[in-house]
Amino acid sequence: MESGIFHTTYAKDMQLRPTWPQRVRLILLFVLLFAFPFFADAYLLNLANSIALFAIAAIGLNILVGFTGQISIGHAAFVGVGAFTAGILARNLNMPIFVTIPAACLMAGFVGLIFGLPSARLKGLYLAIATLAAQEIVLWVIQRGDTIMSLLTSSRVEIFGESVTINKTELFGINMSANPPFNFYWLIMFFLIVTALFTTNLFRTRFGRALVAIRDQDIAAQVIGVDIRRYKLYAFALSSFIAGLAGALIAHYRGVVSYERFTIDVSIALLSMLIIGGLGSVSGSIYGAIFVVLLPAILSNIGIALRDVIPGIQSIMPFIQNGAFGVAIILFLILEPQGIAKMWRNVKDYFKLWPFRY
Amino acid sequence: MEKFIQLTISGVSEGAVLALVALGFVLIYKSSDVINFAQGELLVVGGYVAFVLIVLLGIPWPIAILLTVAVAAAIGVLIEHLVLRPMIGEPVISVIMITIGLSVLLRAIMGILFGTAPVKLPQFIPNAPVTILGATVAEDRLWAIAIASVLVGALTLFFRQNRDGIAMRAVADDQQAALSMGISVKRIWAVAWAIAAMTAALGGMILASILGGVGGDIATIGLFVFPVVILGGLDSILGAVVGGVIIGLLRAYASGYLPPALAAGDILPFIVLVIILMLRPYGLFGQKIIERV
Repeated sequence: MESGIFHTTYAKDMQLRPTWPQRVRLILLFVLLFAFPFFADAYLLNLANSIALFAIAAIGLNILVGFTGQISIGHAAFVGVGAFTAGILARNLNMPIFVTIPAACLMAGFVGLIFGLPSARLKGLYLAIATLAAQEIVLWVIQRGDTIMSLLTSSRVEIFGESVTINKTELFGINMSANPPFNFYWLIMFFLIVTALFTTNLFRTRFGRALVAIRDQDIAAQVIGVDIRRYKLYAFALSSFIAGLAGALIAHYRGVVSYERFTIDVSIALLSMLIIGGLGSVSGSIYGAIFVVLLPAILSNIGIALRDVIPGIQSIMPFIQNGAFGVAIILFLILEPQGIAKMWRNVKDYFKLWPFRY
Repeated sequence: MEKFIQLTISGVSEGAVLALVALGFVLIYKSSDVINFAQGELLVVGGYVAFVLIVLLGIPWPIAILLTVAVAAAIGVLIEHLVLRPMIGEPVISVIMITIGLSVLLRAIMGILFGTAPVKLPQFIPNAPVTILGATVAEDRLWAIAIASVLVGALTLFFRQNRDGIAMRAVADDQQAALSMGISVKRIWAVAWAIAAMTAALGGMILASILGGVGGDIATIGLFVFPVVILGGLDSILGAVVGGVIIGLLRAYASGYLPPALAAGDILPFIVLVIILMLRPYGLFGQKIIERV
């Protein structure tokens, strides 16, 4: 039994995965991720893609909420900004995916920066309400943008329309839209891994540590020379930038962008992923996304199985899913505020120390 | 002119209901520093409880209203005990998330029990058209203003005269001092949630009567509590009333005078909210001690 991890060189100290069980797990995970699409059907692949898309957005939100300590109840709106930017560029200007994704990220980051401005003056509860307003305002612009422009220019304008449709997405000459669940799996997983690696490393840099300092004690952070306002704005911009990435991927993957995907309910789902998975943990964001996407899927499968036993269960299924979701949020907050990431650590500790208690 | 008077009256009546709901919201915030994101759902719960008592059980409506208020108070206390009490001392984000989780759960329970279609509630407030200053308005709008005013007045009296009301102000002012004076802070929290649920239930019933049914759209109106309390000041009872009326009027005028396709009445309150937060975060009547960056 090992009694601790002792680093003898700086290089070892800097490793993200210093012990061999971690590396074995990582390799197994990659093998599984690589093999998965060849065995899974379209339904499972779609589920995996949804999880990964949500996980990207949740990691972005975690930078803001979990690491910088700023609350945002409007993150889905920034995902929406990214999705609509990518959608409109791809549809109207026929831009390739190499252009639409960075453009969507920049646009979402910019909008996030603007709505992050209140964070320079407000914190805690007030910031939460300000971001709630941001959610409402952004969605309103998306829904009514055409009407506003039509009234201003007194001619019919149709930019957003009912929804934005991307007919075809090509990447390296491959028609991605031919078999979206399979083709996009690789692209989405690539971006998820990049985002996860980027975020993990971010908090080992000066920039990331400044954000964590703001979260832990903002006055102390200011004393040691962190420009609080500027770093908070950076956090907002970076977190919305990643939200924009998720949005652009959603736009290309689904092919249709409409505002219903970016309502306040989605913002709440993203926040609950952080709470359930674990605030301030990159892997926690992924666990949270898995939980929040799989919970309704499993429930609806149970509903289909019980269709003959309990008639009418199908019609109330959406409410059962929401109810389970609400109960999960409340129970996690009361029983394990640090989320699945902490539970997983507890499990690992138990086996590492077994048969001793500590 | 006629349109202006109509809009004013419908704005003030909605504003009066908003003020009533905002009062409960402010009460919870003042006594326990909790922002209650489930306030809109409490409105719906009140409406559905009234529906069960009046329509399903056939209880005459004056008794049913009293029973609804009692049930709502019980629900409020229950929520405080089961959900909010374990969160004492937790960070702001956790407390916000737990009330959000609560709102998701309440909405789901209402959906399982009553479905998505709005249920009809009998018009217990008369809504015959009446003429005021040459404008025709529905009578129930005037009743809503009257009922809400009476309730706000009663609550003000409660804070000035009643033992619990005074204790509540003491807790809001300084929790430590209140504790050392022998006030049970836990009891005050329970009372605050009970009152918040009661005012929400009454507001929900008034809205249900005006709108002709109980459904999810009442919770959407509940979202406008946020502009109201920020405008008035998060910790000000007077602010809740004034803010409620201002936001109600703003909504009515914006929907009445601006092109309906813009849905300006739904968004202007939130734009006002952002402006107020940037310029004067403590609102019109709030205390100026605010967490600054």
